[in-house]
Amino acid sequence: MILVLLIIIPLLTGILSFAIKGEGARILALLSSGITLGAAAMVSGAGFAGNSTFSMPWIPSIGTTFSLLADGMSSMLCLLTGIVVLVVFLVNSNKEVERPGAFYGFMLLSQAGLMGVFLASDALLFYVFWELALIPVYFLCSQWGGEKRIAVTFKFFVYTFVGSLMLLAGLIFLSLQSPGIPSFAWADIIRAGRALPEVTQQWLFWLIFIAFAIKMPIFPFHSWQPDTYEQSPTPVTIILSALMVKMGMYAVLRWLLPVVPAGVAYWSDTVIIMSVIGIVYASCIAMVQTDIKRLIAYSSIAHMGLMCAVAFTKSSIGMHGIMVQMFNHGINITGMWVVVSMIENRWGTRDMTKLGGMAISAPKMAIAFVLVSLASIALPLTNGFIGEFMLFNGLFTGHMALMVIAGTGIILGAVYTLNMIQKTTYGNAVKMVIAKDLSINELAGLIIIICLVLFLGVYPKPLLDLTSGIAGMIVK
Amino acid sequence: MGNFSQFVWLVPLFPLIGFLINGLFWKSMPKTLGGIIGCLAILASFCVSLGIFFEVRSAVAPIQPIVFFEFLHSGNLNIPFAFQVDSLSTLFLLIITGVGFLIHVYSTSYMGHDEGMVKYFAYLNLFVFSMLLLVLGANYLIMFIGWEGVGLCSYLLIGFWFKNRDFTNAAKKAFVMNRIGDLGFLVGMLLVFVNYGTLSYNEFFGQLHNPQLVMPQSTMSWIALCFFIGATGKSAQIPLYTWLPDAMAGPTPVSALIHAATMVTAGIYMIARSSALYNLIPMILHVVAIVGLATAILAATIAIRQYDIKKVLAYSTVSQLGFMFLALGVGAYTTAVFHVMTHAFFKALLFLGSGSVIHAMGGEQDIRKMGGLGKKMRVTQITFLIGCLAISGIPGFSGFFSKDAILSAAYCHDPILYALGIMAAMMTAYYMFRLYVLTFTGNFRGTEDQQHHLHESPAAMTLPLIILAILSVIGGYVGLPEVLSEHNAIDTFLSTAVTNSGLHHLEAGTEWMLMGISTVVVVIMIIVAWSINSKPKFAESTGLAKVLENKWYIDELYNAIVVKPLQALSEVLDKFAERKGIDGLVNGVGKSVKWGGDKMRLLQSGQVGFYIFVMVLGIVVLFALSFFVIK
Repeated sequence: MILVLLIIIPLLTGILSFAIKGEGARILALLSSGITLGAAAMVSGAGFAGNSTFSMPWIPSIGTTFSLLADGMSSMLCLLTGIVVLVVFLVNSNKEVERPGAFYGFMLLSQAGLMGVFLASDALLFYVFWELALIPVYFLCSQWGGEKRIAVTFKFFVYTFVGSLMLLAGLIFLSLQSPGIPSFAWADIIRAGRALPEVTQQWLFWLIFIAFAIKMPIFPFHSWQPDTYEQSPTPVTIILSALMVKMGMYAVLRWLLPVVPAGVAYWSDTVIIMSVIGIVYASCIAMVQTDIKRLIAYSSIAHMGLMCAVAFTKSSIGMHGIMVQMFNHGINITGMWVVVSMIENRWGTRDMTKLGGMAISAPKMAIAFVLVSLASIALPLTNGFIGEFMLFNGLFTGHMALMVIAGTGIILGAVYTLNMIQKTTYGNAVKMVIAKDLSINELAGLIIIICLVLFLGVYPKPLLDLTSGIAGMIVK
Repeated sequence: MGNFSQFVWLVPLFPLIGFLINGLFWKSMPKTLGGIIGCLAILASFCVSLGIFFEVRSAVAPIQPIVFFEFLHSGNLNIPFAFQVDSLSTLFLLIITGVGFLIHVYSTSYMGHDEGMVKYFAYLNLFVFSMLLLVLGANYLIMFIGWEGVGLCSYLLIGFWFKNRDFTNAAKKAFVMNRIGDLGFLVGMLLVFVNYGTLSYNEFFGQLHNPQLVMPQSTMSWIALCFFIGATGKSAQIPLYTWLPDAMAGPTPVSALIHAATMVTAGIYMIARSSALYNLIPMILHVVAIVGLATAILAATIAIRQYDIKKVLAYSTVSQLGFMFLALGVGAYTTAVFHVMTHAFFKALLFLGSGSVIHAMGGEQDIRKMGGLGKKMRVTQITFLIGCLAISGIPGFSGFFSKDAILSAAYCHDPILYALGIMAAMMTAYYMFRLYVLTFTGNFRGTEDQQHHLHESPAAMTLPLIILAILSVIGGYVGLPEVLSEHNAIDTFLSTAVTNSGLHHLEAGTEWMLMGISTVVVVIMIIVAWSINSKPKFAESTGLAKVLENKWYIDELYNAIVVKPLQALSEVLDKFAERKGIDGLVNGVGKSVKWGGDKMRLLQSGQVGFYIFVMVLGIVVLFALSFFVIK
């Protein structure tokens, strides 16, 4: 039952929020996200012991039920969603936003969709939540975004809509394969997929994978991402990069790898090579960006490229590494965006050539920025390290040469990340528009992030334990 | 003896606590208190290390690795957070905390006027913590944690005066070059794990001799080579050495601690630690020896024509590290560690001495503007002279014994290595005495203001100099050559952890001869240096001298073949592949859709918002219908 709460709470408060004017929406959102996080924590706590499930009939005539399942991976991602959304609301709780009722309403609806995606164990339900998560983002981006928001939203829409349609077609095709009445249940979809002839699996692979590849995104399906990140308001960028990106990764693990194994086997080398090219390609482009948001966007493509490559290697350590890294990447990139939004807020620009001296004018902010940046380049004893080590381990087992190429990403990553720190943090102080270091709520949000960065860096065991069972299962 | 090794966790814990206190309260902490906390933390570590040292020295059986908690467990990958207490790690503990403590004390005065002093001590403690992790780890992963940790601290400390663009550039360069090496280390680690299923030293070295698990020579060679690449990054060897001289941008005590006495010796530690592996593959050892020797010579030639007091010392460090790699490469691991120790003493002394000089000169580092400083700074002058004598290898001083041991080991291996080594040693004597003469003797060449300001440094700075000077003299007597003493204390002590290979006994006559040759040539070079530089003329240099002054243009070369092409490639990818290629394609698709939409204007409004709205509406209706009606 508690699984349903994870979806219902943000859904209801989200709808309610549209009716509220002014101040109230912000408080409602904060309250809602706090309760949701509590529920997510309980689900994760139970996740150590085993899976929790929930099921009720929905549309029996087309073979779909409202069934949810929380195993280690799902509960870990729900927890991440809970944490990230709370942090987002927390750091924004002292900022004015136009039409707060609608803004927070869309944010909460998107959260409900995300929770649903991570929990659904029915293909149609999964698809519905997938769309529920995405649609609010179109609105958020097109109404609260930057100057070029309409063009960018259009691009984002075209990309994801094409992917979604193909995904839907693929899932319907699979549901019809069940003997007798069609079924969308996860177990039936897997059974149906596995029974398909090899050639069918090969084209079905792309039908399903494209939607996920766009979401992660994987080279060359990524070009919506830097623009969208740049133009979206930062809270939306955080939802996109910390959570929606994981949605794509999660979907690969849950709805692609086990479903069409022969297709995966056939295309895995292609995808791995694509991903590794993406790592180097995105890292190179990140080096020449001057807008911090675009720089982080490309660095995220590089990080996801590594995860995606490893997903297709069949290495259980690698798979475990993906689980760990999904969580940690979500935490770190949230930290990055939070600071970036503060930079934009206070200096009125994200252009690195016009920034500098944060270490003098806002030292607390600078420390937080340096810490999360170091975590994002996987410095040992920050949370980024363990996952990255396991990922490289996974890639190395079967693809030594590719691992070394992918490994250049850690060098290039150091180059662009330290460049960013140097240009924003060091040097002489540039005057701030609002001359203020961190406020209380911003400090609280960043402390949550930094505690997680350091704790999971030194003692990653809880995260590893939560996800160890499922990692082995996917590989089999 | 007490059971000190069970308290080994205290050794890194004290600096960590020091870092946390100073790091969290850096804003409100009074400077003096911050300095005291920083020093005490290291002193406490040193005391525990001393206890451990005596226990290890008297221990009969090797002490088992001490496991604290499960760090990383996934499938068959199981890496505990564990420490290894043996002679090798213990000796490094003493060097790090001992020399580290003196440098901390020195810093209280040197950095006394800096507003960031508390932050400085926080970084310094964090550095010591990382370095201790590096040497204490019982497996390669823990070593790697410390390995990257010292890289970070070095980054933070080189760029300590972060307002200066050049300094932060130097910091970035150091970190990135280290990362290149780190990638080698990482690949080496993965190779070990994939082939041997473990990362722990004891298990890995055990597996090497497991007859059931004989790996092809090539696998072992790759592992050894990858580790060595890691070592070239951290220990500043060809081709990754160029960051070290630039690292002199940091405060001078940092140069002494990180870039001379400890961090850069990490590569030596790693290879000495892996001696069981390297002994099996002589081919890679040759590579190590050749790279080391080449670095020793190259860096020495550059040092001859530098005018920045710290740059001379920086290149001398690179050169001395090259000597240590030469020792490793000829299988004399214990000798390399011996030189690490003596070098830590005299190089820390020389750097701190140069700091004292820079302090007196009001920040001036150009030796062309110095001269005659000895009259005003007697303690600095005398201790610096002792340092020069030690590094040049004058009999009786510590550097003589360790350098002689390296050269004899090289001679055992191949007389050519010996001859080239002697050449590097001659250059060392030359540039060190050139530096000494230009700085401390003759007439003052700076401004009147500077001359007026000249003074001996306070006791907090001179006391560490005196202690280090004493160590630089007596430090060598733990490793006496065979002809002088039957008992080589340091070789015996280290033999429980490190196994030398390929060394054979030298005739007493040969050994006397080798010592004689090196002493004579070094003395000659000192006389030459003295006579050339006592009446200096600083003309615009030409020809070879100019090439040396510009460091063989290696930085320019790297810029031309790596940095610039990479930058250009990235620009091209960004401008063309990304914006025109991929983006163009997608936008093309988008535009054609839009064009189609325009043609059907009568039916559709052509606005994205409207489309989305219709779609949402449709989904909601379907959802609701299916839920309530169809059921």
